[in-house]
Amino acid sequence: MGSALQQSDQRIDEILGRLLRTGVALAALVVFVGGAVYLNRHYLPVTNYHVFQGEPPELRTISGILRESLAFRGRGLIQLGLLILIATPVARVAFSVFAFLYQGDRKYVLFTLVVLGLLVFSLLGGCG
Amino acid sequence: MNTLEFTAFVGAGALLAGFLGSLTGLGGGVVIVPLLTLVFGVDIRYAIGVALISVIATSSGAAAAYVREGYSNVRVAMFLEIATTVGALVGAAVALHLRVSVIAILFGLVLIYSAYASIRQNPYPTEDLGPDRIASWLRMDSTYPTPNGLQSYHVRGVPLGFGLMFGAGALSGLLGIGSGAVKVLAMDKAMKLPFKVSTTTSNFMIGVTAAASAGIYLSRGYVDPGLAMPVMLGVLAGSLAGARVLAVAQVRVLRLVFSIVIGFLAIEMIYNGLTGKL
Repeated sequence: MGSALQQSDQRIDEILGRLLRTGVALAALVVFVGGAVYLNRHYLPVTNYHVFQGEPPELRTISGILRESLAFRGRGLIQLGLLILIATPVARVAFSVFAFLYQGDRKYVLFTLVVLGLLVFSLLGGCG
Repeated sequence: MNTLEFTAFVGAGALLAGFLGSLTGLGGGVVIVPLLTLVFGVDIRYAIGVALISVIATSSGAAAAYVREGYSNVRVAMFLEIATTVGALVGAAVALHLRVSVIAILFGLVLIYSAYASIRQNPYPTEDLGPDRIASWLRMDSTYPTPNGLQSYHVRGVPLGFGLMFGAGALSGLLGIGSGAVKVLAMDKAMKLPFKVSTTTSNFMIGVTAAASAGIYLSRGYVDPGLAMPVMLGVLAGSLAGARVLAVAQVRVLRLVFSIVIGFLAIEMIYNGLTGKL
């Protein structure tokens, strides 16, 4: 591996690192804000987590979560933050596609696209 | 107990878990699930959903640092992520049909292995066996920084590594863990990567694997915001604190103590699974 490739690898690695950190920080901020709104009703008895009921549909789909967030509801905002968190590694993979394109590495553009495709498939709910 | 009190307790537990997890390298999911199910009595499905979230949070934060230092092998990670992602999707799909008690027992077993692997940190002595045809075709050979400059290494055992990574991904999707231990095992022993490259590349991959499963669990309604909020924030804060302390900490002793605790938790989880309490 030539040193030019190593240098561009290094630059790419640095951007990747910053991307990850930013994504996590943004997600944490949104979750925190959502948490504050949610805890505003802190006098309510806590949900019984011992019995599994599953979340209501508006907290399970991307459109539902966006709707709840725009209505400034705590739980919706938290789910939005979680979505941002899950999207962070996905964004990292997407960025890698461009990085490999820039390096002219066609094999790895393909591999990365496959992973990206699988991730998007899962984000859309998979087949469950 | 009202929501605020519950949030505070769970947050404190998550903080401790994140702190100890980052110091000992025993990860988030492995601690969060027993903590929530055994201590807080949370149904294991909620626990796994939330654990996946905390795994993404902590590993993305840590991976950022490792990548910067130049240890992780991005090509190895990217290629193997095909295997881990498919594995995660399969694992998540299977989890839907497994009885909760079976998941609990499986979790306990993996927990025991993780604790054992953590104590027996026995890195494979790095002997350079020369270039491998598949690895060369995939341009995986690389270098890592040492005090004496960049040290190059060859990658081997790609098919076996790929197969093991599928297993790691399946475990992740099934149990809500990062499967870091299995990943490191695959890269260290099967693919003959230098140990530090294995651990950092594994950290780099964990977030992607967990994200694959997390998306499915979220849409299935397994991720509860009221529970995820204190856990995610607590674990993040804890692991940030742990990273600060890492340089001065007596990691060996901590790891031993932590592994013993994990071992007991594992036994309790298996017991609860067998007696149908979970």
